[in-house]
Amino acid sequence: MRRRLGPVLLYGLLFLAAAATLLPLAWMTAASFMAPGEANTFPPHFLPRHPTVQNYLALFTRIDLARHFLNSVGITVVATLISLVLNSLAGYAFAKLRFPGREGIFRTLTLALVIPAQVGMLPLFLLLRELGVVNTYVGVLVPYLASVFAIFLVRQYVLSIPDELLDAARVDGAGEFLIFRRIVFPVIKPILATLATFTFLSVWNDFLWPLIILSDSSKYTLPVALAGLVGEHVQDTELMMAGSVITILPALFVFLAFQRAYVRGILSGSVKG
Amino acid sequence: MRSPLERQQARAAVQFLAPALTLIGLFFFLPVVAGLLLSLTDFDLYAIGALDTARFVGLGNYRDLMHSPLFWTALRNTLYFVVVGGPLSVAVSLAAAVLLNSPRLRLRAFFRTVYFAPVVTTLVAVAIVWRYLYHPRYGLLNHILGWVGIAPIDWLGDPHWAMPAIILLAIWKNFGYNMLIFLAGLQTIPEELYEAASIDGAGPWRRFFHITFPSLGPVFLFVAVTTMIGYFQLFAEPYVMTQGGPLRSTTSLILLMYEEGFRWWRMGAASSIAFVLFLLTLAGTLIQLRLRKARA
Repeated sequence: MRRRLGPVLLYGLLFLAAAATLLPLAWMTAASFMAPGEANTFPPHFLPRHPTVQNYLALFTRIDLARHFLNSVGITVVATLISLVLNSLAGYAFAKLRFPGREGIFRTLTLALVIPAQVGMLPLFLLLRELGVVNTYVGVLVPYLASVFAIFLVRQYVLSIPDELLDAARVDGAGEFLIFRRIVFPVIKPILATLATFTFLSVWNDFLWPLIILSDSSKYTLPVALAGLVGEHVQDTELMMAGSVITILPALFVFLAFQRAYVRGILSGSVKG
Repeated sequence: MRSPLERQQARAAVQFLAPALTLIGLFFFLPVVAGLLLSLTDFDLYAIGALDTARFVGLGNYRDLMHSPLFWTALRNTLYFVVVGGPLSVAVSLAAAVLLNSPRLRLRAFFRTVYFAPVVTTLVAVAIVWRYLYHPRYGLLNHILGWVGIAPIDWLGDPHWAMPAIILLAIWKNFGYNMLIFLAGLQTIPEELYEAASIDGAGPWRRFFHITFPSLGPVFLFVAVTTMIGYFQLFAEPYVMTQGGPLRSTTSLILLMYEEGFRWWRMGAASSIAFVLFLLTLAGTLIQLRLRKARA
């Protein structure tokens, strides 16, 4: 396993696994540039014979994918920004502010981590229906705005800030909001980057909730629109692949740009926690 | 007596916590409790129009589930996915992590990023991609299997192959996540342990089972529990690839809940399915914690 595994075998395995991992994504990209019908020929071939962007053009002209793209961008960005503010304030309060009932409230929150979100999804739908926000962007946003996991992540990080730093500022008469903004915020930027990446990716990729809460197709996010399209256009392989590329690309881009921050989040949620 | 400083902090805490806790309380904990109550009613399409037509039926929905063949099918399918797909995923993750942890490995960051990439992709989109890869005639997978002489398989059209096909997609999509966690765990194992074992003449497999595996204990438990919880929530793959078919062979509990709740608007019955799922998840978590404790 270690040491004895010959380098040829080791690198052979690693490259084979890398090829297998990339194959579906590579084929998706290749097929998205094929002419209509080309992906449904026998025997299958990998590279487009005459690469064309007509599938992408069709998505933005015949099918209004731009609209769904903007829906996804809008919902994801707003959810990320609001949740960043709310969760970091709460995480900081649990870590550094002394108030009665702190441990009790925190322990109650941990319960949320073992309850699958789907358990409350039906009543949440009915509740939002009573509030009149079903089939609205506000309705989609509601469950994304605060997260127990995110509060945990911030709390854990803030605990490492020395109390003396905050107490000194308090003695100087600084209010808690000012302390948060001037002292805490600059220090916790790394974990905020982690949180932003996490939230962005989970909201961008989410499917069940927007599927349930949005009924008007013009409000669909990309995954919901894509799942609807595949029903109508199941024969249009190349078109569907172009749609998949457009849906996946922003997620991959955000991951590659913030890889370090994202990986830190995964690890602090597991090994340390 | 509390000092003014403490009172000031308590006041600030309320302001800092109120937005997040209100949202979590109102839109998470309240619905979960309401879900339990909802599962004890016959809440349906008529009740959505006029809430007061819903009646309390006690455990009626749960009794109906016990007599519903479709529920048992969905339960069996979900357990198949969890019990077969979960451990396979974890095994692939661990194998990848062990390979990546090889000393003096070049291109480690490259391989890690590549293996992790599917984790961040959009599940709906890759499920569509795989749907085409699984095409019996035009799909790339059967074509590649043909090179080694395997006859074409009707992956998504054959009730025996549809769930294995979904499991394969799930492994591809997820193994990178646990791989990172295992990799971090592996890096905490002191190199001297391996060196000492090598001097004692232990081969790679013995080193793995006597050093690597036991050292990963707590990490392994975390990975096993979170993977199981995640796999119980199977939904988008069958929704996009098979619509629960063929012959209901990929209908999962969440898919059944979705159909009951949002296609037929039988919210009471759907809620009881959600709670069965919750109890299963909880039971699975407790069993794994207990097993771990028994071994320790």
